[in-house]
Amino acid sequence: MSILVNKDTKVIVQGFTGSEGTFHAEQCLAYGTNIVGGVTPNKGGQEHLGKPVFNTVKDAVEATGATVSMVFVPPAFVADAVMEAADAGIELAVIITEGAPVRDMQMAKAYAVKHGMKTIGPNCPGIITAEECKIGIMPGNIFKKGNVGLISKSGTLTYEGANQVVKEGYGITTAVGIGGDPIIGLSYKQLLPMFEADPETEAIVMIGEIGGDLEIQAAKLIKEQITKPVVAFIAGQTAPKGKRMGHAGAIVSGSAGTAKEKMDALEAAGVKVVVSPADIGKAVKEVLSK
Amino acid sequence: MNIHEYQAKQIFAQYGVPTPRGIVANTPEEAVKAAHELGGSIWVVKAQIHAGGRGLGGGVKLAKSVEEVEQLAREILGMTLVTHQTGPEGKLVQKVYIEEGADIKDELYLGVVLDRAKEMPVIMASTEGGMEIEKVAEETPEKIVKVAVDPSIGFQGFHGRELVFGLGITDKNEQRKFIDFASKLFKVYMEKDAELIEINPLIKTGAGDFLALDGKMGFDDSALYRHPEIEEMRDISEEDPDEREASQYGLSYIALDGEIGCMVNGAGLAMGTMDTINYMGGTPANFLDVGGKANAETVAKGFEIILKNPNVKAIFVNIFGGIVRCDRIANGILEATKMVDVHVPVVVRLDGTNAEEAAEILSNANIENVIPATDLADGAKKAVEAAKGAK
Repeated sequence: MSILVNKDTKVIVQGFTGSEGTFHAEQCLAYGTNIVGGVTPNKGGQEHLGKPVFNTVKDAVEATGATVSMVFVPPAFVADAVMEAADAGIELAVIITEGAPVRDMQMAKAYAVKHGMKTIGPNCPGIITAEECKIGIMPGNIFKKGNVGLISKSGTLTYEGANQVVKEGYGITTAVGIGGDPIIGLSYKQLLPMFEADPETEAIVMIGEIGGDLEIQAAKLIKEQITKPVVAFIAGQTAPKGKRMGHAGAIVSGSAGTAKEKMDALEAAGVKVVVSPADIGKAVKEVLSK
Repeated sequence: MNIHEYQAKQIFAQYGVPTPRGIVANTPEEAVKAAHELGGSIWVVKAQIHAGGRGLGGGVKLAKSVEEVEQLAREILGMTLVTHQTGPEGKLVQKVYIEEGADIKDELYLGVVLDRAKEMPVIMASTEGGMEIEKVAEETPEKIVKVAVDPSIGFQGFHGRELVFGLGITDKNEQRKFIDFASKLFKVYMEKDAELIEINPLIKTGAGDFLALDGKMGFDDSALYRHPEIEEMRDISEEDPDEREASQYGLSYIALDGEIGCMVNGAGLAMGTMDTINYMGGTPANFLDVGGKANAETVAKGFEIILKNPNVKAIFVNIFGGIVRCDRIANGILEATKMVDVHVPVVVRLDGTNAEEAAEILSNANIENVIPATDLADGAKKAVEAAKGAK
């Protein structure tokens, strides 16, 4: 078991024939992801990486029955692409694109929600169900199958966390990189209950960072609904106020969104909070051997 | 990206958001000319820097004659203004804004920001103008009226009514004027892809008119490509030169006041590395994300920028190779050390794809200053030790 995606998930790629789309679609295919086609306007009818190319998402969904789209469309056009996916009945759009204008994502997300389409990202590494289905840009070989679910705002911290979990002798069910933009799709609040309901997931790692209050909302939800052990790390304890730390959403404004308030809230909710990401693996071992 | 007050007011004027008349000046002579052009008998001379608290810092002064305008412009231009937002080093004032005096009856606050939880813009208004809004939010949150506006319907009449009744504006004429003001400001926010607009204070004059006495605007960097007119307003002298240089090479750099330089791929891991150094008893000298495509050139540039900081006693390179293979990064680091004179110890931790080959490359190269580390904890520890040893 896993959450959201597995080996049977039919995936299309928007921005299929571009350089990023091509490179990563190839890697995903090699990992075993069931990519059934892709979309690039004016290239419909062609074949790319051995899969059919369509002009529109509607055509692709009709012909292939795809339910998930991996989006590599450039930032200026990404909102359009996401809304097209929602309109065509896609159930989950995984948006890898970095640098999408906030106003565009606001509109695209509102439209997706209205159409019942889930979104992950933008500006994220994607989602991977270990040894079954990789929809994104993460190095697949790190993610060995196991019993730990992972949710992270940061790409490389996702790899760091998964790698430590594996080195401790455990593995990953599904890992989701939710992205660090101010407006993102699925976050802790939606994903934690999915991991709670997944029989194979026995512990959850959540990696957050400064800015916004998603981690605070997560703490509240964990206290009320999550019975499985949760390990958390919040990046940016040493970040200066008012400075944007790489991610568009990683900024402490005034006194809100600090690492400390998030760590305190999570700790109060019974989460095992680590001060350094170097301790994620050890902490997972500790909560799982209890 | 942020702009100056005078630039924000230029944008306001284009949208019919009322402001006092004013002219920007680079020299005392220009200031005098501006005062003559504006006419009247009272002017305000305002330092133009990208920071709040200018009044308290002595950067905003009232002049009652043209001679006084000249004298104040002479004082303020070239001064290093220190406010609670500039840091102790302050900011050099290179421009002043000469504005006509206004008849202030009440001071209000009006701002538009993104409400991340609601995922839509929120208009914030308060009767406590002139005060720091964070302080008002903390001490008297009931004095802030918040109205979220769904962009798909835009600013409607009810949004306006919630604002004026929330602020206690009872005069019908004033209500109409304030609603018009707020609706125009919201239009500016949306159409210019602003990240933040703040007017503090927004004043009510004796005649019952509302005017933006101050103006602060920040923009979504990701949307600047469609606003060349905003990009043109960029004032490079307000930006940190090292941060700017780094960004030209696709690096994201922020200077801090510690001793251990950091070079990391990924923003989250970069912050996590700083946190780990701190946890191990050291102090990070910077945040540096080399991005997903770390190669010899970007690594060399990273070393160069880190080493500009004289406080740096050691460098910790922490790369988690994903799609990019670690052996390539190891070779990149070796090349980079030839391109840049790295005179402090460099602890290198490479993990992920082909990490073992990478470790071999580094140990075979046997460079004096390069210390390999096995994982994040080991690397941070060795970097802290190296920095202490270098003292």
